[in-house]
Amino acid sequence: MTLNLHEQAELLRRVPMFAKLEPSKLKLLAFTSESLTFEDGEVLFHRGDTADCAYVIMEGAVDVLSDTDDGIVVATTLHANELFGELGVIANEARSATLRARGTLQALRISDEMFLKLLADNSDVALDVMRQLSLKLTRSHRQYEEAQRELSRHQAGG
Amino acid sequence: MEPTVWKFIVRHSVRSQILLLALTLVSFPFLYLSLELPKIIINDAIDGTDFPRNVFGWELEQIPFLMALCVIFLLIVLLNGGFKFVNNVYRGTVGERMLRRLRFQLYQHVLRFPLPRFRRMSQGEVVSMITAETEPLGGYIGDSVALPAFQGGTLLTLLAFMFVQDPALGVAAIALYPVQIYLIPKLQKKVNLLKAERTRKVRKLSERIGEVVGGIKEVHTHDTSQYELAEFSSRVGEIFHIRYRIYLGKFFIKFVNNFIAQVTPFFFYSIGGWLVIKGDLTFGALVAVLAAYKDLSVPWKELLNFYQIKEDARIKYGLLYDSFQPPGLLAEALISSEPEQVPALRGELAASGVDLREEDEGEGALAGTLNFRLNLPGRVAVLGPSGGGRDRLGPVLAALRRPDRGSITVAGLDLLQSAEAVTGRRIAYVSQETHLISGTLRDNLLYSLKHRPALEPDTSAGSRAQEIREARLSGNSELDPDADWLDYAGAGVGRPEEIQIRAIEVLEVVDMQEDVLDLGLRGHVDPDAAPAFAARILEARSALHERLGRSEAGSLVELFDRDAYNANLSVAENLVFGTPRDPAFAIDSLAENPYVQQVLEETGLMGRFLSIGATVAELMLEIFADVEPGSEMFERFSFIRAEDLPRFRSLLTRCAGGDFDSLDAEDRVLLVSLPFKLTPARHQLGLVDDSFRDSLLRARRVFAEGFGDGSPPVDFFDRNAFNAGVSVQDNILFGRLVYGRARSAAAVGELVREVVEELGLYYAIAGVGLDYQAGIGGARLTPAQRQKVSIARALMKRPDVLVIDEATAALDRASQRRVMENLFAEFEGRTLIWSVHHASLAEEFEHTLVVDGGRVVEQGRFADLKRPGSLVHQLVESDGAG
Repeated sequence: MTLNLHEQAELLRRVPMFAKLEPSKLKLLAFTSESLTFEDGEVLFHRGDTADCAYVIMEGAVDVLSDTDDGIVVATTLHANELFGELGVIANEARSATLRARGTLQALRISDEMFLKLLADNSDVALDVMRQLSLKLTRSHRQYEEAQRELSRHQAGG
Repeated sequence: MEPTVWKFIVRHSVRSQILLLALTLVSFPFLYLSLELPKIIINDAIDGTDFPRNVFGWELEQIPFLMALCVIFLLIVLLNGGFKFVNNVYRGTVGERMLRRLRFQLYQHVLRFPLPRFRRMSQGEVVSMITAETEPLGGYIGDSVALPAFQGGTLLTLLAFMFVQDPALGVAAIALYPVQIYLIPKLQKKVNLLKAERTRKVRKLSERIGEVVGGIKEVHTHDTSQYELAEFSSRVGEIFHIRYRIYLGKFFIKFVNNFIAQVTPFFFYSIGGWLVIKGDLTFGALVAVLAAYKDLSVPWKELLNFYQIKEDARIKYGLLYDSFQPPGLLAEALISSEPEQVPALRGELAASGVDLREEDEGEGALAGTLNFRLNLPGRVAVLGPSGGGRDRLGPVLAALRRPDRGSITVAGLDLLQSAEAVTGRRIAYVSQETHLISGTLRDNLLYSLKHRPALEPDTSAGSRAQEIREARLSGNSELDPDADWLDYAGAGVGRPEEIQIRAIEVLEVVDMQEDVLDLGLRGHVDPDAAPAFAARILEARSALHERLGRSEAGSLVELFDRDAYNANLSVAENLVFGTPRDPAFAIDSLAENPYVQQVLEETGLMGRFLSIGATVAELMLEIFADVEPGSEMFERFSFIRAEDLPRFRSLLTRCAGGDFDSLDAEDRVLLVSLPFKLTPARHQLGLVDDSFRDSLLRARRVFAEGFGDGSPPVDFFDRNAFNAGVSVQDNILFGRLVYGRARSAAAVGELVREVVEELGLYYAIAGVGLDYQAGIGGARLTPAQRQKVSIARALMKRPDVLVIDEATAALDRASQRRVMENLFAEFEGRTLIWSVHHASLAEEFEHTLVVDGGRVVEQGRFADLKRPGSLVHQLVESDGAG
């Protein structure tokens, strides 16, 4: 089921980062973005690909895959109204993970130019992106500390 | 080439010049008559008495006599004009023929230049020399004999007349000639030097322009345009100053001439007047001499003027001669002779005493000479450190460079002395530097087969015979460039039709089968010119549709169906439902088309279009209001250009509430143009509903039926017809990829390829790919494709020996390997000599030559040569490190 522009704009508003955007900005975002459908298991991008866009999930879910010693495992799953892929665009770096559709997925593809323009023009959004990124950073730092503790416990035990 | 312009004229146009002279002389009596007749008419006919007169046995009264004389006068005038006309045309023709001959000779010399010459002579210079510098010579050559003869003759006649009247005054008239004859060449000499310098400066300028155009990327990469402009400015400034000095000199000469011409009458008035007063000269004689002197100054001036032109031509020709007669010019026979038999190059190849140095290189790294023996056919790798002469070996083996000393023989035949008819057909050389001609892929591949026209052109009649006659008169090539030049036997094909298959085969050898199929799928075909091909594409279309019906990929394509609205086409495309043949029906400008407007009115869609247009406009105004006008977002996404936004804003206020009647025609067109751009699957605005679709389908029918049975301006999409307006791939697909499905293009492309494979359409479609325009220098191909095409071009002529000079460097490793393996297979039983950059590649070859210091230092099997401590070992080691 495809959504029309107004519905897309409404859905975009539910993305925390875009919540404070004016309606016309949301419509512009929706209008200049590409609404894509992915089949179950279809890969959106691979780790190492050039980051040329960010995605917002409209409907469905996406698995973030990570390559571990035990093979490829699902590190986490993203759900509707979540924004992803923006890190690579901001940092202008290659994709850090492989993402795969879980079930049929409707996603809005926001080109890198459009996304960066959005940040440049709307300080609210930019601030929000910073906030989210800081959160992600703190979270991964905490995970790192936990892993360290785990490791030293193992070493002490072994 | 003749060393001076005068020798050139005498050698090639002496007969024409004599004819021109004769024409001039023959016209003299008539010229004289045309001056004499008016006098007779006035003195004898009008002023005369004693009529009737006897004219050639006719008794004529005064009036008939006058009329007869006037008619004769008219005839003489006509005849005179006729002579002048014929004379001018013939003079022009002779000049142009000589110019054509000169240009041909220069061009032929360019083709005979030894290759190193091109390092010192740029393309720009050559172009300017052959085109611009030769230009003024044509005019001079036509005048070179007749003009001085005519003016000189006139001058002498008048002088004789003067001397008869009074020898003293005759002497007075020419008293200052010796001064002019002495002075003017001196002044002219300075001007000549300046002119030569100017020519050289202009050549340098052409060279620089050519260089900048060729390296335009460097200019932008390094922000050097200001520097280039300053450079250019200084060069044209120098030319200006030289020109200025030439003007000073030239006009000073004119000044001297004019002054002297006016000083002479001074003598007439003073001395002549004195003589008349003294009674030694009659008054009448003085007047006659003065009149004659006035006449005298005209031819004298012409002669002096001619002298300047002649000097100019002499210098220009001299400069051309110097540039086009370099040392080491190839003998003409090398490029023109056609041996009865072109021997196959097999047996022992022996190089002895070949010096790889250029003429200006002294003792140094390449001081050695080449001496080696090889057995052909064979598969030979050439290795060597850089600067050791490895890169010089290839061109010498292919006889592209022909050193003065030494020989390279194959079974006793010295390649360095052989005509290009042998070396250019039996040997092919491909280097890293690719050069493709601007034309199609096919033109590029077949280029290597164009040695001589295959058929003797039919010269018996028609315009071709005329062309040949004219070419002969200018010593030009009499061969017909439009004849069939392809050497089918050389390409190893029996019938001309097979050449295409061979071309596709050689592309397979260089690993371009995918590329050429791709180009073919993207190419366009005229179904009227190739009905069989079109029919096969239609077969592929139904095969693909059947496949799409069976597989999941079916959902990735929305097929064209005349009776169904296609959500992945724009509204405009849905209405036209075909490809426009007439630009008036271009998809982007349908709203302006009166016929389309009429269809919308008839089907009651106009109102809907206006109201949807207004809605779209409102949305655009809303969402693009804050986007800055220069942004590329407008270009990419907006239906309205930034500069048109205010116009739409005022338009919308005027028609608020749906009152479209108040809009003028132009505004209505603006509004109507917006819905045409909507593609429902992409722009999900909820504006295209079922009733709109139904109306549009009706409009589609009305639109098509309105053209009747004539030829419509649109090639309609028809399930059973090939559409010339879209690519081969789109003809097979006959639908549009569904919007918003990430992998649709790849998945459907895969299916198309499967169908092509299954129906055996590869060769037919690759044939379309051969018609792909490669662009100037192959600019529309990737560097890797360009290299592959140059190898493929070398393969077309099936050389006995193929010399490859690192020519696969632009290819990725996998492709490089495939090309190498394919070439090994292709050259089974023939010779492949490969100069390799990565020493380890030599392992694949039967034999290895190691070149250093301009010599072959080692040769043998790679495995034997690679012992520790050897040069080959070092090369392999450093290769691995790099």
